[in-house]
Amino acid sequence: MSLVIRDLRLPLADFPLEVSAELSARATALYGPSGAGKTSLLEAIAGLRTLERGRIDLHGRDVTNLPPRLRRIGYVPQDDALFPHLSARQNIFYGAREQGDDVLDVLELRPVLDRGVKNLSGGERKRVALARALVTRPEILLLDEPLAGVDIALRDRVLQYLVRVRDEFPIPAIYVTHQMAEVEAICEEMVVLERGRVVEQRRLVE
Amino acid sequence: MSSILGLTLRTAALSTLLILIPGLAVAWLLARKRWRGKSLVETLVSLPLVMPPVATGLILLHLLGRRGPIGARLHALGIDVVFTWRAVVVAMMVMSFPLLVRAARVAFEEVNPRFEQIARTLGASEWRVFFTITLPLAARGVVSGMLLAFARAVGEFGATILVAGNIPGRTTTLSVAIYNLVQLGRDEEAFRLLAVAVAIAFAAVWTAETFLRRTNESRHP
Repeated sequence: MSLVIRDLRLPLADFPLEVSAELSARATALYGPSGAGKTSLLEAIAGLRTLERGRIDLHGRDVTNLPPRLRRIGYVPQDDALFPHLSARQNIFYGAREQGDDVLDVLELRPVLDRGVKNLSGGERKRVALARALVTRPEILLLDEPLAGVDIALRDRVLQYLVRVRDEFPIPAIYVTHQMAEVEAICEEMVVLERGRVVEQRRLVE
Repeated sequence: MSSILGLTLRTAALSTLLILIPGLAVAWLLARKRWRGKSLVETLVSLPLVMPPVATGLILLHLLGRRGPIGARLHALGIDVVFTWRAVVVAMMVMSFPLLVRAARVAFEEVNPRFEQIARTLGASEWRVFFTITLPLAARGVVSGMLLAFARAVGEFGATILVAGNIPGRTTTLSVAIYNLVQLGRDEEAFRLLAVAVAIAFAAVWTAETFLRRTNESRHP
């Protein structure tokens, strides 16, 4: 099991997030309507929210009480959160544990490395944020709505990059999305979240 | 006149440097952390802004005098503060500290905590987060606060006159010298120093405002 969540409880504004789940697929979709608690769950896994109770195991390692910097989690937030005062290159290598040549090649980032992040397109920003997480050699990738904020015309291209990342790097990933098309294109497993609870979990491919 | 200006600028610069690290630390703690006694510290830090400077000077005089709780210990170490240039610096530090803390606090609060969170998930320690994310993103506000603190230090009078006195060539700063000259009826010389004081204050505040305006423009293009 790559990620095991047991008895997690986190109070949100309207309802509590209450989740138990075991995720083992290479790519799992966390699917559900807006406001179901998907982003909060990712933040809890990344260590950015304090749990009321529960336990999170990553590849058999209890990370529940570890600070975010020790969790080895590659978190790509919906808004990218690229550091605005740094170049694309400085962003990508901020927490790098490797040279990252393969990451730069797969995501075709070499042409934009020396640009400031204000001069990147929506698709380029996504790829920089993805690369920044990948070069830290994370044990799991958490992608929050990776196609949000990308022009509709460019979505297919970004989707292709996501597929390439899935195929080239042996890192399990969780994709938050509310688009069924994305789920089908990338994911092997789907967890459906509604009002803070898992209402369905099923494999999509055999 | 040049020795008065030199002493004033040197002591004001030293004062600004000395409050930088504690000022940033307090500002960061006020902006980013919740802790017991926070509102008390907030109030204490702002107190010199609203208290009569002479009253602040009197407190310092008692604390730092040879029989005072701090002054006695320093005297035992061979360091005298009261009525020396050191007292000038201490008075400037206390009076300008609130301006630096307020400006830096606002600057830290304007940094989106999201960037700090993401830096942590990328493996950065709290120190690295501060020096590579928080401080650079707050830099303009911090520099602006330093300039205001420096300008305030240059203009310090009330606390200085009590704790450092008026010893020509040793503790007589620009403001004290202006007061002296007016008392002696040497208005023409007083006006010359006044022009210098206004020029320094104008340059510092204008530069500080320019720094802040650029921050706003870069945030809302």
